[in-house]
Amino acid sequence: MNIHEYQAKALFEKFGVPVPKGVAAKSPADFEAALAQLPDAPVVVKSQIHAGGRGKGTFTDGFKGGVKFAKTKAEALDYATKMFNNTLVTIQTGPAGRKVQTVYFTQASDIKKEYYLASLLDRATSRPVIVASTEGGVEIEKVAHDTPEKIFKVVVDPAYGLADFQVRELVFKLGFNAAEGKNAAKLIRSLYTFFWETDAAMVEVNPLITTPDDQVLALDAKVSFDSNSLFRHPEIVALRDLNEEDPKEIEASKYDLAYIALDGHIACLVNGAGLAMSTMDIIKHYGGNPANFLDVGGGASKEKVVAAFKIILGDANVKGIFVNIFGGIMDCNVIAEGIVEAVKEVGLKLPLVVRLEGNNVAAGKATLAASGLALVSGDTMADAAQKIVKLVA
Amino acid sequence: MSILITPETKIMIQGITGAFGGKHAQLSLDYGTQVVAGVTPGKGGQFFEHGGKKVPIFNTVAEAAAATGATVSTIFVPPPFAGDAILECVDAGLDLAVCITEGIPIKDMIRVKRAMTGAKTRLVGPNCPGVVTPGTAEGSKGGCRIGIAPGYIHKKGHVGVVSRSGTLTYEAVFQLTSKGIGQSTSVGIGGDPVNGTSHLDVIKLFNEDPDTHAIILIGEIGGNAEVEAARWIKANCKKPVAGFIAGATAPAGRRMGHAGAIVGGAEDTAAAKIAVFKECGIEVAETPSDMADALLRAAKTKGVTLS
Repeated sequence: MNIHEYQAKALFEKFGVPVPKGVAAKSPADFEAALAQLPDAPVVVKSQIHAGGRGKGTFTDGFKGGVKFAKTKAEALDYATKMFNNTLVTIQTGPAGRKVQTVYFTQASDIKKEYYLASLLDRATSRPVIVASTEGGVEIEKVAHDTPEKIFKVVVDPAYGLADFQVRELVFKLGFNAAEGKNAAKLIRSLYTFFWETDAAMVEVNPLITTPDDQVLALDAKVSFDSNSLFRHPEIVALRDLNEEDPKEIEASKYDLAYIALDGHIACLVNGAGLAMSTMDIIKHYGGNPANFLDVGGGASKEKVVAAFKIILGDANVKGIFVNIFGGIMDCNVIAEGIVEAVKEVGLKLPLVVRLEGNNVAAGKATLAASGLALVSGDTMADAAQKIVKLVA
Repeated sequence: MSILITPETKIMIQGITGAFGGKHAQLSLDYGTQVVAGVTPGKGGQFFEHGGKKVPIFNTVAEAAAATGATVSTIFVPPPFAGDAILECVDAGLDLAVCITEGIPIKDMIRVKRAMTGAKTRLVGPNCPGVVTPGTAEGSKGGCRIGIAPGYIHKKGHVGVVSRSGTLTYEAVFQLTSKGIGQSTSVGIGGDPVNGTSHLDVIKLFNEDPDTHAIILIGEIGGNAEVEAARWIKANCKKPVAGFIAGATAPAGRRMGHAGAIVGGAEDTAAAKIAVFKECGIEVAETPSDMADALLRAAKTKGVTLS
């Protein structure tokens, strides 16, 4: 689960990670009051959406920049008004962009140098890792590729926690002066505590900055949490912003369906995450484009299949449907009945190819045949994928 | 032979009185698996009955192991308690814990894995379909079925299958069985980013098992476990290996159902992994429908007969 920058920074402050003073506003009526809480300009005005690349983004009405530096508060007010309710397109949002519904005003900082700092899971060791770099404010992937020697990592032993020597190691490698180093050490420790205590999946500060008076501040904050751990963090669940999520994905989560919207034309309904991913792949392999990832899970009921059908048909781009089920334990006939019922309920104007295999498959195929539905059967995944691609083309 | 388990292996089931655990306990009993104990704290002394068999239930894993000689546990405990259930198996000194549970907090698994350092117990999973060593009776009955895989699609034979994904494992096994090719053992290692046994661990076991003549390695986007396994295969494994990687079309940064299936950097994309497979002499299945055929191609190249 992702949260906004302003929410992440509020949590940072709670855990002792210093950030520039900032105030978020969710309505133009609150802009002036928010700005009044900040000391004198300059002010940075930041669009709050769950996507990176905001600064270089463009709004759909042509206004450039989702993050703006304002020399006066009047200028800040003007920028905020232009951003609010406007749709921001960045390299991470896709062409549809995201509507800005919160604007965050922060006190502009005097930057001496920019750094990078993050905490996440190191999959190779199955332990938390802290990643830091002297190259901040740029894409870390680019730094890792071009100048890997400028990236420093410490892997934390979860049985002991972050050790002092590890913090010192990072501080020395980043080349801070004595006063900065003291502040940076405290910040790194607080950031790690935040990461660990809140079950974060990733905490990224880019840039982390030093100021002329040797303060160390988190100028940006990107935080995501491990969805599996949310049951023990109701305070974090409360930060979820449904405006940032695809309505179809929200609807799917109500039925415990794993659904991700994509931009193709062939909707997929599959059981199992691995099979669902490879169904998308095989569609692409034969020249089509998947409209979604959808895993109905191992214990799919008739109701789940009906709900899944409604969700995939809610995507206006969909021109055909591919149902790919390997019923291991799951009864293929249950899926077949679900398909028949769903089609009865929502109608079917699009080509539908069904590939059923596994447990009770004969009964499932008989149910589909007896229904009189205009569907096409596929024998194998490859056969079915080729058929749906042809029907949609 | 086989790896990890044989038809004689005695297993216990933690969470046998839950709906999910109970259903799969029944299916394993039907398959002929030696399910000798159940564990549900507070229900010790009761029995799990199915098909004329009475399986005793214990309060703790240690009691169950001592009383029945079970050396392996299958865990169907809900996510908030599953990490603890794994540690209980470690404490009881079991050989193997297979954790089926999906949705365990990553932090819990980080701590469990750290606590298991140097322990005798091997963990498979979590968030996995389990392990099957097929038997010789009809529908491969008489084998050892741990977890949630459909037993009937298997056939006793000489191909080892290892995968993160349940349904893709079934797909591969079904393709093999349909062509008359049997399996030594099929292992689902699970889709979580922090898990016990890795692809490489299983590949090493298959490589050492004289009864496994060829291997299907199924992976997906995220992490570098498949790459690590492929490099080891290139250096050490003479048996024919076919591979498949799911997720070529997955958008970067999105979690594709499995918590571990997320493209983080350039190295963990499907294309990068497939390139390494090819470089390491693994016959790559072009599509998921091609897995068994890919293995047949690999076997032919090395002059190995599979059926």
